[in-house]
Amino acid sequence: MYRVVALLTFAAVAAMGADAAKGKELYVKYSCYACHSFDGHGGAGARLVPMKLMAPVFTAYVRSPRVMPAYREKVMSDAELADVWAYLKSIPESPPAKSIALLEELR
Amino acid sequence: MNRRGFLKGTAAGAAALAADVPAGRAQQTAENRGQNGSAPVPSAETLERDAGGREAPTPSQIIEHPSSDFMVDVLKSLDLEYLGSNPGSTFESLHESLINYGGNTMPEFLTCCHEESAVAMAHGYAKIEGKPMMALLHGTVGLQHAAMAIYNAYADRVPVYMVVGNHEDAAVRRPGVEWYHSAQDLAAMVRDFVKWDDRPESLQHFADSAVRAYKIAMTPPMGPVLIVANHELQGRPNTQTNLRIPRLTPTAPPQGDSASVAQSARLLVAAERPLIIAQRAARTPNGVKLLVELAETLQAPVENQERMNFPSHHPLAGSGGAGYQPDVTLCLEVNDISTTARMARARGGKVINISSLGLYLKSNIQDFGRYADVDIDMGADAEATLPALIEECKRLITPDRRRAMEQRGEKLAAAHKAVREQSIEQASFGWDSSPISLARLSAELWPLIKNEDWSLVSWQGFISNWPNRLWKFDKHHQYIGGQGAGGMGYGAPAAVGAALANRKRGRLSINIQTDGDLNYAPGVLWTAAHHRVPLLTIMHNNRGYHMEVMFVEQQASLHNRGAERAHIGTKLWDPEIDYAKMAQAYGMYGEGPISDPKDLAPALKRGIERVKKGEPALIDVVTQPR
Repeated sequence: MYRVVALLTFAAVAAMGADAAKGKELYVKYSCYACHSFDGHGGAGARLVPMKLMAPVFTAYVRSPRVMPAYREKVMSDAELADVWAYLKSIPESPPAKSIALLEELR
Repeated sequence: MNRRGFLKGTAAGAAALAADVPAGRAQQTAENRGQNGSAPVPSAETLERDAGGREAPTPSQIIEHPSSDFMVDVLKSLDLEYLGSNPGSTFESLHESLINYGGNTMPEFLTCCHEESAVAMAHGYAKIEGKPMMALLHGTVGLQHAAMAIYNAYADRVPVYMVVGNHEDAAVRRPGVEWYHSAQDLAAMVRDFVKWDDRPESLQHFADSAVRAYKIAMTPPMGPVLIVANHELQGRPNTQTNLRIPRLTPTAPPQGDSASVAQSARLLVAAERPLIIAQRAARTPNGVKLLVELAETLQAPVENQERMNFPSHHPLAGSGGAGYQPDVTLCLEVNDISTTARMARARGGKVINISSLGLYLKSNIQDFGRYADVDIDMGADAEATLPALIEECKRLITPDRRRAMEQRGEKLAAAHKAVREQSIEQASFGWDSSPISLARLSAELWPLIKNEDWSLVSWQGFISNWPNRLWKFDKHHQYIGGQGAGGMGYGAPAAVGAALANRKRGRLSINIQTDGDLNYAPGVLWTAAHHRVPLLTIMHNNRGYHMEVMFVEQQASLHNRGAERAHIGTKLWDPEIDYAKMAQAYGMYGEGPISDPKDLAPALKRGIERVKKGEPALIDVVTQPR
């Protein structure tokens, strides 16, 4: 329990100085794009935009995920994950399906 | 002059010509020959080796009626429309007979740049046409080139008719390449994944075996067959007057026995949550109609796998929605049902299997999947068995059961609608992204083809099944499924083969082509251009072997190492391949790369216009990974 609290605390501190531009580089470098697409809208893996998780929760999930490959401290630091989180937070949401004529015609 | 002398003379003549030609032409020749302009004249030793020490025929050796003419008569009796081939000397006599004696029709010779392309084209052709195309292969080297495509067709249970040349008689085999291109038992190298092969010793033997091979290829479970055509037999004068081409009598597909059909119908009619899983069930358009009839009779959902078995927009299409736990599962021509059977057993459900796959198995290659415990197992062709099963189910349905089924049908229709709505919502994710999302690619394409007689001639597995989630599939020819054995390099040639079969019907063939697959043997683009095969190829250009990127990434995580090197050995991005230029180089229309989604629809329209004129076109679209 203490370990989880400590982890969340470190991650929260790291998120405060997060750099979205650096996060974008890390997102590609560590192959996050492979499953989540280049701008986080999903693919083989889950949709990450809009990023609804708080930074510490995001970090905790990536450390011990249920589905995806884990990225542990040895591989990516809390600060790096905070940067990735900041990048995902910076990506605009997709337009709603109802606003897209091509998709509305499919209903 | 013998052939060796002729070739030596040609070499000397070529050197003289290089010196005598006018300046402009000489320059062109030099550019064509190499950077420093020196035209390498082959040495006498090289010429002798390349000619295989062969003598040119003298007038006294003229053979007016070669045995290969009779082989053509036999092949013509089999109604083979096309043959794909990369030329080879082991079938030179047959080649000449096909194009001259046979008039290059039925079958028409299609020039292929790789034997894998020839066989994979035949694979795609058969999935539209419902009958085999021929592939004519060179001894040993050509057959080895073809091996991967043969295995795909075998695993996909698709008929392909193959003839391979061989120098059987070592006593008359000439020195050099003829020995490299000969084998004692040529078919042995592919026998593990060829349904039947033979090595005819005489022309009558050839006729009997050629007809038998066709018959075997077309009997479920269908598969590729191989006839070894002896080079010496091909070229020998045919003096026989009593040769006979046997009549082809197709073998009726095996049908499930009446007791098993009746028992299955009882289980299905009594089921509260039946599920039908169809993989390679619909061999023909009638198979789709029969499956719709069975599903509507039972009000059972149909999980469509691999091929076009069931209309995508039918209210019963799908797995029944969240929480639908089938108590009876009917599997129709499903290759590996072990997981389905295990899960059914865990919840006390029953599994009925109708499949011809178990009627023809081999030991070495493990394509048959894990052993599955099932409750009823019919070694039978599913499509042939469906009429009896439908009739028996209808006979057993009481008014009470009908009411219960109708109520179930309403719930299933609602579940189907919910899944469709969810797909449309999900298609909006990353709508404006660059690289372009595969959902957007599919959505942009649909309004351009929906009023045409269209046919998707590529696999959807690498594009997250977006066409099936968004488009309305309701005809058998609208989708041909995938590789069979997961062997890459199938996609481009199979699409060309399927488009060839679609051509005479005026269909618009669409190939959403993965970049990794195209690079195995891109010369098939030239074949499509040369033979005027109308086909729209849209590159799913994610610049890599993407599945492997994800696999390496998973391994890196498992080993607690970063995925920052997962691109090594998996990506195709330095330099980036220009597929539009590649298409243009092969003589077809090419456009792209398109990476802004706003540019996509106009480019697709231009491509479709070209295809409607009867030619192939390629639009390179830079896409998201999946």
